Amino acid sequence: MSARADALDGVRAISPFLLGVVPFGLVYGVTAVDRGLPPTVAAAMSAVVFAGAAQLAAVELLARGAPAAVVVATILVVNLRYPMYAASIAPHFRAFSSRWRAFLAYLMTDQAYAVALVDYQEHDRSPSRRKWYFVGAAATLWVAWQLSTITGVLVGAQVPPGLSLEFAIPLTFLTLLVPNVKGAPSAVAAVVGGVGTVVGTNLPYDVSLVVAALLGVVAATALEVTRNDPNDAPAGDGS
Amino acid sequence: MTAGDATLWLVVLAGGLGTFALKASFVVVVGRVDEIPPGLERALEFVPAAVLAALVVPAVVVVEPTATVLPAVAYSPKLPAAALAALVAWKTENVPATITVGMLALWTLEAL
Repeated sequence: MSARADALDGVRAISPFLLGVVPFGLVYGVTAVDRGLPPTVAAAMSAVVFAGAAQLAAVELLARGAPAAVVVATILVVNLRYPMYAASIAPHFRAFSSRWRAFLAYLMTDQAYAVALVDYQEHDRSPSRRKWYFVGAAATLWVAWQLSTITGVLVGAQVPPGLSLEFAIPLTFLTLLVPNVKGAPSAVAAVVGGVGTVVGTNLPYDVSLVVAALLGVVAATALEVTRNDPNDAPAGDGS
Repeated sequence: MTAGDATLWLVVLAGGLGTFALKASFVVVVGRVDEIPPGLERALEFVPAAVLAALVVPAVVVVEPTATVLPAVAYSPKLPAAALAALVAWKTENVPATITVGMLALWTLEAL
């Protein structure tokens, strides 16, 4: 198949996800401006950081006057899921040049990863097909994210207050969270991360998200290790 | 918003470079590292659950910093609205459906 046809397949595969991405981008843009972020910075963050959850967490912290180092640390902790994606998709990118790999990595998102991995695992594709499929899917999402956040930034001031539109943000995270809670260890990670962030609100420098999320990961890993003790029953039996 | 423009741009730049490093990590070095260390992989598996919950929970209750050790936490109608939305998310895994149900639930609870 031609590169164009491969890319179009990727575009088609990612399209349903745009229904979730576009409202998310609009809410980010509206919220960023509403919380006092200059419009150019809000839009630039979409292009430079290009990671929605991290961008929203950063806007929240900047609005509260958190130190720059804590905001950056929070962005990094929220994005700690990316090395996991990178590791699992890396074998499929092996045939590409470093420059291509770096470009594809920049375009990586939760949705592009999910769509591409399914395609790669279900079919034995040529490297060229894999590359253009990923570009088609990931670049489509990139364009949708930039356009929706810019639209949000531009209309931000005109959105009537009192609609509680900011509530769409935790709702979006909720839809990503639910499928990630499968089994006791991930439930522990969620409870420690979620409750811990609230309990730690009074910690200095707004570090509660970073601390609570890392504690949640540590607690879940500890539980998993205990459960996988060779003297115990195999994991995954639900007991 | 108390940060100056220079600080904001610094945050965008550092956050962007750091995010790219995380995204590129195993993709770019794959020539040398074939597999992520199993211990690290196991820990990273729990990152989405911990981080996403850390983003959701503070946004569905009223949290006020205090001078004591623990903050003041109060009820918000966002809590039951989010619980209902979580049920929809669990059943459908559909983002627009979850947002729609959650927003409608919140508006209804606020209007009561």
